[in-house]
Amino acid sequence: MTERTLIQAVNSALQDALAGDERVLLLGEDIGVNGGVFRATEGLLEMFGEHRVVDTPLSEAGILGTAVGLAANGLIPIAEIQFMGFIYPGFEQLVAHVARLRTRSRGRYSAPMVVRVPYGGRIRAPELHSDSTETYFIHTPGLTVVTPSNPYDAKGLLLAAAASPDPVIFLEPMHIYRAFRQEVPDDPYTVPLGQAAVVKPGKDVTVISWGSMVRDVAKIAEAMEGSGGPSVELVDLRTLSPIDEDTVFASVRRTGRAVIVHEAVQSLGLGAELAARISEFCILDLEAPVTRVAAWDVPPPLFRLEDWHVPTEARIRAGIERVMTF
Amino acid sequence: MADTAMLRKPSDVTDDVLLNLYTEMVRLRVFDRRCVRLQRAGRIGTYPPLEGQEACQVASTLALRRQDFVVPTYRDYGAMMVHGVPMEHILMYWNGRAEGCEIPDDVNVFPIAVPIATQLPHAAGLAWAAKLRGIDQVALGFFGDGASSEGDFHEALNFAGVFQIPVIFFCENNQYAISVPFRRQTATQTIAEKAAAYGVRGVRVNGQDALEVYRAVRSAVEQAAAGGGPTLIEALTYRYGAHTTSDDPSKYRDPSEADAWRERDPIVQLRQSLVSWGLWDDEAETELLERLESEVTAAVARMEALGPPNPDHLFDCVYAELSPHLERQRRALRAELKDWEGTDQ
Repeated sequence: MTERTLIQAVNSALQDALAGDERVLLLGEDIGVNGGVFRATEGLLEMFGEHRVVDTPLSEAGILGTAVGLAANGLIPIAEIQFMGFIYPGFEQLVAHVARLRTRSRGRYSAPMVVRVPYGGRIRAPELHSDSTETYFIHTPGLTVVTPSNPYDAKGLLLAAAASPDPVIFLEPMHIYRAFRQEVPDDPYTVPLGQAAVVKPGKDVTVISWGSMVRDVAKIAEAMEGSGGPSVELVDLRTLSPIDEDTVFASVRRTGRAVIVHEAVQSLGLGAELAARISEFCILDLEAPVTRVAAWDVPPPLFRLEDWHVPTEARIRAGIERVMTF
Repeated sequence: MADTAMLRKPSDVTDDVLLNLYTEMVRLRVFDRRCVRLQRAGRIGTYPPLEGQEACQVASTLALRRQDFVVPTYRDYGAMMVHGVPMEHILMYWNGRAEGCEIPDDVNVFPIAVPIATQLPHAAGLAWAAKLRGIDQVALGFFGDGASSEGDFHEALNFAGVFQIPVIFFCENNQYAISVPFRRQTATQTIAEKAAAYGVRGVRVNGQDALEVYRAVRSAVEQAAAGGGPTLIEALTYRYGAHTTSDDPSKYRDPSEADAWRERDPIVQLRQSLVSWGLWDDEAETELLERLESEVTAAVARMEALGPPNPDHLFDCVYAELSPHLERQRRALRAELKDWEGTDQ
């Protein structure tokens, strides 16, 4: 066990993935000599050499497009896209090929790969460095979409993603890359894909969140409870596609109320799908309409305004209070 | 002039290869003409004819080794068949059948790429994997003149150059991207010269001359396999017909253009040479055409003998395992079909 930040846990997972399976190779911009712009791959070039930790040209479609061929011909690429706002040149490769290779070849080929993408805001970065556009990938059948909210899950989910027979979009919440440390095993382990976690049990209202927002909600929930407010059950979705319906539905059936908190803009964010499914399958258990607390439906702003774009403490509290007083 | 050069029988290509080049080209043409008729009769869906481009697809693929990858566009089903994909699968694919996407395990052909140029990074990746794994294998990615305007063309060539990948990018420059002529795709005189920008070898060949194509690809395979890196080959050719059966080329091309190209038809040219070398005669031609017509007829019969499409095909290859959500959707579809079968359909 070592106390690690989330970015250090990612680094540890990548090291284990490379050491544990010679088919694994890392691709990305600045990931070799520089160790990645966030240092996720620091030290790995020295350990594994330039054929397994590959500094590529600045070329997202090239990275994701060659990864299709690498994966189909026996390797397991783990690609880093520097920021979510820069994934779009490779979007066609992801939605037209990565996601569909198994279907389009009737199982002859598949594209087992991990695409690591730092995402979300609140690090005071320049424009287009703060996107939360997970919906594009959740909306694409064939992809699995994962995001950790803490260092332990980051390592376990990343190793599970590397072992998955299907392509995984692995979203890393930049805001909490170095926000806190947690005991993380030195040895390899996996956290299963497709399983949400109840990170805090409660009885009055279920809050479903993921990524960096989990920590915000946890703090708010504790504060509300400490001052006589409702008992909040917090579900960290962890895998955004496929959704762990069992965990979500069981929690909502217990509490009778659901609030979804996400950093992505509201319209057609994952909150919309969650609200629809909860309404469809848990309607008789609901005491209040399902509520979403999301970013406003406007482009992520320059950083002086970003704290007012994503859900604020006041809006999260108001969302919880709204379902409690309906 | 190619026609004169071909009067002398080549010493660097065996009789078997010469005859293979010819019979495979005729096979594609017989298949292609039948497919256009099948589409007109409503027996298959929209279909992109390849007539005119047989030398490009046959000679390039025959110059590969069994273990090498063919990475096709939607018009390269001819090359796919030459490398081992069963003819009925191609028919099924153009008839909208999921079974048509099946590729035998021992046939190294990638699925048809429908978007433009996106298959070129795949070819680079397949060959790069072979290089990293120490396997003697190259990949040949087909593309058209229009694809050279797409970003993925640039990114694939750039990766291939930087990492010295054993890949061959084969351009069937058929002069038009649907209606837009070559001169509107690029201000360069050729596609081949673009290779220089990536540190990649670029060569231009007569795509109507099967032997010239064969030699160029054979040489590129040898160089790639020996660690000599990638090659871009531009083959000048022409599609006599429409972009697809939904297209009307008379809107953008003068018919005399196709007539001029037909005078340099790759099949006619090679047949004349084979006859002059004593390798072919009318009897062989008649026998070949009869054999190919029955092969195509049998493949069409197999395609049409398929039962109704299996709705489970919607779900069974999306992920290695279905999520509970997808299992629920599959159950719902099965229930819907059960109800539907119970009605007077």
